Amino acid sequence: MVSMDTTPEEWVRYTPRERLQRFVIFLATALAIVWALTSINVIWAWVFDAPQQMGDLFGRMVPPDVSNLPKILWVLVETVNIATIATAIAVFVSLPVAYIAAQNTTPNAFTLWLGRFILVSSRSVNTIIWALLFVAIFGPGIVAGIVAIMFRSIGFIGKLLGEAIEEIDKRPVEALEATGASRFKVIVYAIVPQVMPTFWAVAILRWDINLRESTVLGLVGAGGIGLILQSAIDTFNWQEAATVLLSILVLVVLGEIVSAWMRKRII
Amino acid sequence: MLKISQLVKRYGNGAPVLKGLDLEVPGDSVVAIIGASGAGKSTLLRCINRLVEPSSGTIELNGLMLTDLKGAGLRAARRRIGMIFQGFNLVDRLTVMENVQSGRLGYLPTWRAVMRRYPKEDIRRAYELMERVGIAHYANKRADELSGGERQRVGVVRALMQEPEILLADEPTASLDPKTSEQIMELLRALSREFSLPVLINIHNVAEAKLYTDRIVGMRYGRIIFDAAPAALDQAAMDEIYAGVPAEERGEMGNVTPLRAKNA
Repeated sequence: MVSMDTTPEEWVRYTPRERLQRFVIFLATALAIVWALTSINVIWAWVFDAPQQMGDLFGRMVPPDVSNLPKILWVLVETVNIATIATAIAVFVSLPVAYIAAQNTTPNAFTLWLGRFILVSSRSVNTIIWALLFVAIFGPGIVAGIVAIMFRSIGFIGKLLGEAIEEIDKRPVEALEATGASRFKVIVYAIVPQVMPTFWAVAILRWDINLRESTVLGLVGAGGIGLILQSAIDTFNWQEAATVLLSILVLVVLGEIVSAWMRKRII
Repeated sequence: MLKISQLVKRYGNGAPVLKGLDLEVPGDSVVAIIGASGAGKSTLLRCINRLVEPSSGTIELNGLMLTDLKGAGLRAARRRIGMIFQGFNLVDRLTVMENVQSGRLGYLPTWRAVMRRYPKEDIRRAYELMERVGIAHYANKRADELSGGERQRVGVVRALMQEPEILLADEPTASLDPKTSEQIMELLRALSREFSLPVLINIHNVAEAKLYTDRIVGMRYGRIIFDAAPAALDQAAMDEIYAGVPAEERGEMGNVTPLRAKNA
């Protein structure tokens, strides 16, 4: 204990050593940013030119050309379907993956490793990269898009679900094991009810994300609205591109509303 | 008749938690196991239904050698052993009826369990037992909507649904208020008589143990150092069982008024 002969009048939050440390960390961060900025080759003329270019593009986009609207809307429906089908399949496939990737349910070390491997490989590859791959395999079109989104979603849903399984209350599991229930029945009665809220929340969230991801799949030829957007841009048909962008915006907002509503209803 | 002989349990390479323990529980007696935290009470109970794997020794229940069993045989044997927990261990998001019926999981075909298509006689038995302990009107409520005492009653009914040959209760009243805790002890004793069921209760509250049980087993450091009728548990025996534990933590006699005395 420090003896308190007189009441101290000075108090500092950091010791000089700590202050020096903090200053060095700040300096290093600032240097990293400066270095990053100098390393990339920015053509500053184009940056300063941007407002004028934006005005020019905007002028070419207005008014949006709606003559192709029925087709755009139909492809938009197709886009929603890609997202929905891919999410539905991914949800089912990710269930066993989550089960073997969770430490407390996986049968053995090999299955744990396998589960983790599936999750990591699915998550480390972006949807667009998956799409490029599957366009090469299935040819351009909607199937490649569905499979690409599904592959990316398995990792996402599987990881979050696996974590939910690892965080369950183990006591009911112990209680049901004590009744002589088989492993499967213990899963159905003690584990499934506990991860159900997470399951629905994750499935809805992923559907929401997939909706947005499916709008860009067309850029690599994997079906959906992106296909029309790209052909409009390629042919400098900026008025139609504007219509497509606006309809994507509406779709995403609608998706947001629907998923918020589902979240409230189900959870 | 439960017969435990030379039971040893050690976790890893450490010192054994149970050191060659012998215990016999005949008939429908209610037996309290007391002892300081870490004495091995919980481990002892969990060795009986093999939630914890004994290192050596044998446990025999009505002629069945529990320590030899594996897989399906072990699960079939566990159906005969009901267990009640300190934290109730219910599935919060399931209804009371589903929690109660989960006591039948060892008997049900899988599809019935998954679809919740419980047999008529199981449903009748569930209602009878819930009526008996006073929770029948909660059948459709979610388990987490109930109070502590009610939840423990669900736990008791779940165990009884197994049609067990013995009940193990691991600190069944430690999470409950004093009044509710007495009610649960009273209930366990009454059920033991009604179903001619031996009941093994781990308990910290020595006053309750003395009031509601027929026999007290005192454990210390993995050994049984006291085994007699409650009346024989005197201060000297208490001091030996709880050597090093202050008296205030034991819940001395006098803190609890017997329910019957109040009702009379």
